[in-house]
Amino acid sequence: MKYLDEYRDPAQVKALLQEIKELVTQHWVIMEICGGQTHSFLRHGLDALLPPQIELVHGPGCPVCVTPLEQIDKAIAIASRPEVIFTSYGDMLRVPGSSTDLFSVRAKGGDVRVVYSPLEAVQLAEAHPKKEVVFFAIGFETTAPANAMAVLLAQKKGVKNFSIITAQVRVPPAMEAILQTETCRVQGFLAAGHVCAVMGFHEYLPLAETYQVPIVVTGFEPVDLLRGLYATIKQLEAGQAQVENQYLRAVNQQGNTAAQQSIQQAFQTVDRKWRGISTIPKSGWSLQPELAAFDAEQKFEVQDLHTQESPLCIAGEILQGLKKTVQCPAFCKECTPQTPLGAPMVSSEGACAAYYRYQRNNKT
Amino acid sequence: MCLAIPGKITEIYQKNALRMSKIDFGGIAKEICLEFVPEAELGDYALVHAGFAISLMNETEAQKNIQLIQEVSRFDNEVS
Repeated sequence: MKYLDEYRDPAQVKALLQEIKELVTQHWVIMEICGGQTHSFLRHGLDALLPPQIELVHGPGCPVCVTPLEQIDKAIAIASRPEVIFTSYGDMLRVPGSSTDLFSVRAKGGDVRVVYSPLEAVQLAEAHPKKEVVFFAIGFETTAPANAMAVLLAQKKGVKNFSIITAQVRVPPAMEAILQTETCRVQGFLAAGHVCAVMGFHEYLPLAETYQVPIVVTGFEPVDLLRGLYATIKQLEAGQAQVENQYLRAVNQQGNTAAQQSIQQAFQTVDRKWRGISTIPKSGWSLQPELAAFDAEQKFEVQDLHTQESPLCIAGEILQGLKKTVQCPAFCKECTPQTPLGAPMVSSEGACAAYYRYQRNNKT
Repeated sequence: MCLAIPGKITEIYQKNALRMSKIDFGGIAKEICLEFVPEAELGDYALVHAGFAISLMNETEAQKNIQLIQEVSRFDNEVS
C-alpha cells in the first residue's frame, strides 16, 4: 500500500537504528504521547532494538483510557434504556465501568452497536425515528472533527432523536500537566502525528519554549517513529528545545482549517477530568450551548451513580509516564484483556494491552 | 483511536448534503466523507480517520522518502 510500505522498509529501519546508536551519549527519557505509537513501537519490536540509554515512556494518548469513569457509568445507564440505540467506536465497549461494561449491556438485551463513523449514528437516527440514538463521542483532536460534523449534520437536517455523550480531550494541556508534575522525568516528546494533521503544531511552540523540551511531530510507521526519535535525540544531545515536524507527508503547521472550523462550531473549550489523572484545565471540549439539545447527558437524566475504581489498577500513573505497566502488581495476574481492571488493558491504544499482547512482561 | 490510514480516492459524489467518496485501502473500499478536504480530487491519497479524510498526502514529501530509501539501499549494497 502506497504511503505505508515504504515507511516499513527494513533497510531504512536498520540505517536509522545505527544512526541513533551513533548519536546517543547519555540516558534520555522520551514520551510518545499517542497510544497508537506505543502499540506500533511494541508491535514492530523497535523498543527492543533501541540503545539501552533511550527510555520510552508511554503517554496518555488513549481516549478510551482517559474517559472518566462517571461518564462510562452514565453511558452504561443510558445504553440500558429500552428506547435507546447506543452507538460507539468499538474500543469503548469492553472498557470497565464501576460494575459492568457496554458489551454486558448488549448481552442483557440492550441495543448497543459499533459504528465506524459517527455519520452512521446520524443515519441510524433517521432510520429509527421512534428510537433515541446516542453516540459516545470520545476522542482527541483527531476524532473531534468527525464527532462535530455528526452533530452539525443532525442539527442541519433536524434530526431530533440524535444526541452525544461528549468526552473530547485535547493533547497540549495534558502535556503541560505532565511537565508540571514534580516527578516528571520526560525530557522530550514525540507529538501525535494525526492530532497534528488536524490541529497543526503551533500550540506546541510555547510548550517547547517554556519547559525547554524538544517536541517532534511523528508518524506511526517504523521509519516514522525512528525518524521522530532520531530528531528528538539530536536536539537533546545538542541542548535544543524546538518543535520539529517529521511527519511532513501528512502534517503542516496550520493543520486542517476546515476541520478546525467544525470543531469550533460544535464545541467549546472546558476543564475536563481525565480518568486516573485529575481535572486538567481547558483540556476538553463540550457542546456549544446552542447545541444543548444534542447533549445526551442533559437529555437523559442519570441519578444515583456510585463510581468505584479498582483499588489495584495503577492506570493513572502509567498514563502520566510515572510508572510502567510491568511495575503493576496486577499485570498478567488479576488484570488481563479477558478480565481487565483498567481501560489501558482493553484499548487498542492502551499501554497495558500492548505489553500484554507483545509479551513485554519480562516473564516470557 | 487516533489511527488513520491512507487510501486512494476512486469516486467523488454528493450524498446527504455532504461531499462523499469511495476510498480504496489496498483492495478494501469504504465510503468516506471529504468535507474537511475540499481540495481533494480523484486519484489523490487521503489520510482517513473515523470515516473522514483529515488530510491529503503530500506527494512531494513522500517522494523525498522514496529517494532516501534508494540512497539507503545503495549504501547497503556498497557496504555488503
